[in-house]
Amino acid sequence: MNKAGERLFNGLVKENPTFVLMLGMCPTLAVTTSAVNGLGMGLTTTVVLALSNVIISLMRNIIPDKVRIPAFIVVIATFVTLVELLLEGYLPSLYEALGIYIPLIVVNCIILGRAESYASKNPVIPSLFDGLGMGLGFSVALTMIGALREVLGAGEIFGYRVLPASYVPFSIFVLAPGAFFVLACLTAIQNAVKLWGEKKGRDMSKIQSGCGNDCTTCGHSKEAACIKNEQEEK
Amino acid sequence: MNTIRKVSSTPHVRGKVTTNHLMLAVVTALLPACGYGIYNFGNRALWIILITVASAVLTELFYELLCKRPVTIGDFSAVVTGLLLALNLPVSVPWWICVVGGIFAILVVKMLFGGLGQNFMNPAFGARCFLLISFTSLMTNFECDAYTGPTPLALLKSGETANVYDMILGRCNGTIGETSMIAIILGACFLLLLGVIDLRVPGSYIVSFVILLGMFGPAGFDFNYIVAHLAGGGMMLGAFFMATDYVTRPVTVNGQYVYGMILGLLTFFFRIYGSSAEGVSYAIIIGNLLVPLIEKITRPRAFGIRRKM
Repeated sequence: MNKAGERLFNGLVKENPTFVLMLGMCPTLAVTTSAVNGLGMGLTTTVVLALSNVIISLMRNIIPDKVRIPAFIVVIATFVTLVELLLEGYLPSLYEALGIYIPLIVVNCIILGRAESYASKNPVIPSLFDGLGMGLGFSVALTMIGALREVLGAGEIFGYRVLPASYVPFSIFVLAPGAFFVLACLTAIQNAVKLWGEKKGRDMSKIQSGCGNDCTTCGHSKEAACIKNEQEEK
Repeated sequence: MNTIRKVSSTPHVRGKVTTNHLMLAVVTALLPACGYGIYNFGNRALWIILITVASAVLTELFYELLCKRPVTIGDFSAVVTGLLLALNLPVSVPWWICVVGGIFAILVVKMLFGGLGQNFMNPAFGARCFLLISFTSLMTNFECDAYTGPTPLALLKSGETANVYDMILGRCNGTIGETSMIAIILGACFLLLLGVIDLRVPGSYIVSFVILLGMFGPAGFDFNYIVAHLAGGGMMLGAFFMATDYVTRPVTVNGQYVYGMILGLLTFFFRIYGSSAEGVSYAIIIGNLLVPLIEKITRPRAFGIRRKM
């Protein structure tokens, strides 16, 4: 049963889709203007990811190899449509804020990447937890980026004022360039932690560095990482 | 006697001119513009300049001490960056904007990309655009003699006319260093005479801008209108001091003409069709980003090698 826990940890830390795998950059950069939007996007993606992983894992033996990508997309698109309608009905403000990025979850390469590299080769329960772990890792990353951008760009977190009123917000942080600055800084901090730990002689294999590593030396997850890289490029 | 000599890689002949001399020349050439800015806008302009330069230099010093790199503040490049940034700020900005700008210019645009010679974008204009996007209202609040009003370019944009002679002299609103065409040209002539800069980039920039403005601008070949566009805004400062930056302009000669023309085209588009009256900063940093591409397509043919097409 440790498989499930291992999958969760893998998605949250070791292969965090945002900071380590650098997947799904489009929603990461575009919707994280505030912590709420980041969290909403992350959780929406988590739901789609976990459910589509389950279905794809169940159908992995009956989907012909040649048409697997269209089949995955059909499954993913079904769940995205479901989630989109639910959001429109129950959370209209989030639906408005995320806009076009909800339908675009269909082409989010994290989901397609997990379907291709994990769910289509593994049983249902680990696939479910893989989807949950990846989705939660994505949510945490997006919420962090969103919170930082909101603090710097508006002086608030989740809509609550945290900085004094005399603080003049750097409005660049709620605009597109701010997303790049914050993402770069957070990734740099993670790499710095890893390098610092390695210098002290600790085992840092649990925190992988970004895809700057080439896949041949990347260790046991190299196959998955390579497949995902290819998909990212596509 | 050992007669075997080792041949080092190029360059084999080195001039006596160092980065240090070049940067000092640029600082000297900027003094007229600084002086006029202080005369025009009062002592506050002096403080803005000092704070910006100090924050740029201290950022470089602290970064290098922190990263245990050789300290390079002696080459005056941080002074030049700070000075150029200060000249591109309105006089009414609060002091912390100067500090933020100086830190951003040196830390993010210059040092994180490897220091002098490695930055892909002009640090001063990178910082100015960062500040302009972050603090739009503070950065476009121009006042002169405690009178707040639009810059001549904003007046032109809204269809009014501007006093061209005041603009050439500099008796008008704007950022600290950009108002006086005469002071900037004076400094630019000094640099041209010393051979620190040449007319390739500024010449092609200004000529292409004037041609575009004359052909497609709202006023056609109207002398006053064109001169006002040249004297107003960051045009002169940008063309002579920012676009000619060694690091961020193309190294190939043909590339420099292409670069100048791209700047002219972009400035024309931003000023005439953009929502803001000013466009030089954005034109130059976008031009900077295109430099690797320009260098690639204008690389001169090496002797004896056929061009691959």
